[in-house]
Amino acid sequence: MTDLTSEDRRDGALNPALIALVWLWVLVPFGYGLYQLVIKIPALFGT
Amino acid sequence: MAAGFLQRERIVAPPGWSRWLIPPAALSIHLAIGQAYAWSVFKPPLEAGMDISGVASALPFTLGIIMLGLSAAVFGTKVDANGPRWAMLVASTCFVAGFLISALGLYLRQYWLVVFGYGFVGGIGLGIGYISPVSTLIKWFPDRPGLSTGIAIMGFGGGALIASPLTNQLLTAFGATGDNPDVNGIAQTFLVMGLIYAVFMSVGWLLIRVPADDWRPAGWQPSQAKSHALITTANVSAANAIKTPQFWLLWVVLTFNVTAGIGILERAAPIYRDFFPDASSPTALAAAAAGFVAMLSLANALGRILWSSTSDWAGRKNMYRFYLGVGALLYLAVTLTTNSNKVVFLICTIFILSFYGAGFATVPAYLRDLFGTYQVGAIHGRLLTAWSTAGVLGPLIVNAIADARIAAGVQGPGRYTTAFMIMIGLLVVGFVCNELIRPVHERFHEPRADAATSTTGAQA
Repeated sequence: MTDLTSEDRRDGALNPALIALVWLWVLVPFGYGLYQLVIKIPALFGT
Repeated sequence: MAAGFLQRERIVAPPGWSRWLIPPAALSIHLAIGQAYAWSVFKPPLEAGMDISGVASALPFTLGIIMLGLSAAVFGTKVDANGPRWAMLVASTCFVAGFLISALGLYLRQYWLVVFGYGFVGGIGLGIGYISPVSTLIKWFPDRPGLSTGIAIMGFGGGALIASPLTNQLLTAFGATGDNPDVNGIAQTFLVMGLIYAVFMSVGWLLIRVPADDWRPAGWQPSQAKSHALITTANVSAANAIKTPQFWLLWVVLTFNVTAGIGILERAAPIYRDFFPDASSPTALAAAAAGFVAMLSLANALGRILWSSTSDWAGRKNMYRFYLGVGALLYLAVTLTTNSNKVVFLICTIFILSFYGAGFATVPAYLRDLFGTYQVGAIHGRLLTAWSTAGVLGPLIVNAIADARIAAGVQGPGRYTTAFMIMIGLLVVGFVCNELIRPVHERFHEPRADAATSTTGAQA
């Protein structure tokens, strides 16, 4: 995966922006769900 | 759309394609279909709006879980043969269609359409979607199969975390809450959620790629793969796998591990209230019980990735020794200490639920170790019938015993002592079954020529 030719780079196969974007696509909703869950936990300890 | 678009040959990754694009593709499917565990949010408005019983409002979910197991078992071989893009598109189509049919059913006030749409059609999407990325992930991450499948299967646990607040907000926005919910508002919630999931899941089938025949992780060679008697370099077909004792031993292991987890998870809020009823007010007690459920959900999701990725260096068999053996001891600790120490109770239940999630997440890599990569998706699909069995067994044991104890006038933790002792017994049986797992006899192996091809990703 590290030995890329210039042609490989042109086709965007290892575009860091694409990788970041698709991870954000799944992590943002997951983070939202996680936040909604975590805010319920303090009630368990009476706070 | 040309049929060729879905073919395996069209999604062979070009040189330089990052394998780190594959987990988010898998997550976009699993985070969506994990919505199934948030079905309970729909129950109160459906019961009030459609004037149906609690049993009737649970039908779409129950049928969906049954269809998950059945469709994973029936279509597993086709998923392996047609490739992950085909499987993900079919799964997305069925899952989204389930929501749209349900919306139509509610507009027409025909509840059977909700059962058919969400339960039957959507349930097929659950089964195909659940197994769709598994074999592809294992082939992209031959050095870390536990981590890769752990990420995806954590997504299934995390799906409900997203769907639960989302559903609540949509129901509120469309006036479908309270004692007299607007049924059209429930329909609109189904419609909007279906459309959201259609867009969200599209990233999965657009992005998924299979590795080229000669692809390997940088700096990694098959000869460097972790060597162990239980990690085969051969391949076993799905048809042959179910003839092996290893498959059925693992089936029992998964069934009892899941049963033990569901036993607590399914009745988490009442268990907490019975163990720790002292609170400043009923509202505070309800909030604390909700916090307990939230903490268990978090343990379930995090256990999937944490323990599954640990299995890559600790070994699959050792991890199931841990889940089942330590799980039994933790159940014993809860049974003996009951409500005398809240911290001990919380720690024990958190670990038990993390082992429950881990059991799901580690099993694809265990199957890869035992049966090779050739038809691991199809074998995984057949193994998921254990999930359906445990889904009936766990709640049945805990609820039947607890209800009988309540009827007998038993108060507090005593309502669950017998059920927890049964769980300990099941975990011990699972532990013994795991100990009995040995390498698969070579008479079940595929011819070596096939094996040599598939270990380099030809069948991904």
